[in-house]
Amino acid sequence: MMRFALADLARLLVACAGGDHPVDLDGSDADEPFTELGYDSLALLDLAGRVQREYGVAIPDDALGEMPTPRAAVAYINARLAGVA
Amino acid sequence: MSRRRDHGPTTIALTGLGIVAPTGVGIEEHWASVLTGRTGVGKITRFDASGYPVRLAGQVADVDVTGLVPGRLIPQTDWWTHLALAGADAALHDAGIDPADLPEYEMAVVTASSSGGTEFGQREIERLWHDGPSHVGAYQSIAWFYAATTGQVSIRHGMRGPCGVLACEQAGGLDALGQARRLAEAGCRLVVTGGTDASLCPYGLVAQLPTGLLSTSDEIARAYLPFDVAAAGYVPGEGGAILVAEELTAARRRGVGAGYGVLLGYAAGFDPPPGSPRPPALRRTIELALARARLEPSDVDVVFADAMADVDADLVEAQAISAVFGAGRVPVTAPKTLTGRLYGGGAALDVATALLAMRDGVVPPTVGPSELAPGCDIDLVLGQPRERRVRHVVVLARGYGGFTSAVVLGRDFPTTTDGSV
Repeated sequence: MMRFALADLARLLVACAGGDHPVDLDGSDADEPFTELGYDSLALLDLAGRVQREYGVAIPDDALGEMPTPRAAVAYINARLAGVA
Repeated sequence: MSRRRDHGPTTIALTGLGIVAPTGVGIEEHWASVLTGRTGVGKITRFDASGYPVRLAGQVADVDVTGLVPGRLIPQTDWWTHLALAGADAALHDAGIDPADLPEYEMAVVTASSSGGTEFGQREIERLWHDGPSHVGAYQSIAWFYAATTGQVSIRHGMRGPCGVLACEQAGGLDALGQARRLAEAGCRLVVTGGTDASLCPYGLVAQLPTGLLSTSDEIARAYLPFDVAAAGYVPGEGGAILVAEELTAARRRGVGAGYGVLLGYAAGFDPPPGSPRPPALRRTIELALARARLEPSDVDVVFADAMADVDADLVEAQAISAVFGAGRVPVTAPKTLTGRLYGGGAALDVATALLAMRDGVVPPTVGPSELAPGCDIDLVLGQPRERRVRHVVVLARGYGGFTSAVVLGRDFPTTTDGSV
């Protein structure tokens, strides 16, 4: 089964919202709120669109509230991939 | 924020310039181009324009924005906003200001924009058309619209005072200065103002064509000839200038005096509709700006013309200048022949260039025209820069649809406390 990792999340975030303040999603940043990491709600909306296009799972807009941190986002997206969210 | 009526009308000093223009990125690169007549106009290279009726434009050199714009903001914003973000950083640096040192609610941002983020918008609309709604990026919701640049500059520098955008086509750059002065009067000590525009994608160019005012020439040196017998439209361009405007006493308090110069007068008018018996607004707008500056026409050392390169519009402008100043009595110039008309960025760049003319005591030339059209009885500075003391400058701008604006810039703050608008 396809897995979605923190590295995938980091790649998609840089693609949609840009980089240059490196975010270490494999480290402690993974549990920081996205807002603390400098990603606003538009970045998360864009992220949801990219996950949908690349992985073929729909992420409803109201699900964004269930992914406040990178780790929570990865968990949610994996749950969607497994068809249980 | 308290109004400062008790100290007389508020004056703003222009203390920082950030130039991003076809003539150069940076003050001295642009100024050297203007003085030596090095044009920024060339064949459109952003896309294949060979099938379009307009094939020349003033393009900002394809600078690598990664060094000038925060990486976070590059995919979130349009090229027009990239140019303004780079310009705002440069202007603040030039003014010697670290926004972190100032109260966030006393800093404002007001820019001019005439087309919004057309390149970003075209890309996303193409995705919508080819691939469907889910392929449109979320940032399309904000990247295209006129206030996007103001908003991004405000967010980036923590400037939370009153912010806005003026969408008045080519006149917007002057109207933004007028608004900056109002905000200073309302208590803002610093306003990031000016403007940029960048509409040289297929959609952006096509949107400019219906006016019929653009030059279809392929000859760079002859494509944009305002006031000339061969005037046949203007060349479009991109870029502009971002300026730092400070309440004058605040600028003095931090030891930068009046910076490059002060805004002494501003006025805006609106042309009557086509066919109206009423005269164009330009003459009265100039007179009002001078009256507000408490200056006589003879106090003005140079006029930066709007220079549409349309036979009728040129005549209207030349006649207004002659009516106010006397035929041939004031040097007139239009360095924008080297950049094309930059819409929201054009008048802001003219203001920046005029401030440099005051700084160095030299009137830059208008490059291109050689034989003035009948009725254009103005002293158009052609060929070479003209050295002279430049104490006061009038900058004119007209925007498509009737917008008409004029500002009076001065090098020295007048001796009377009420000598400013």
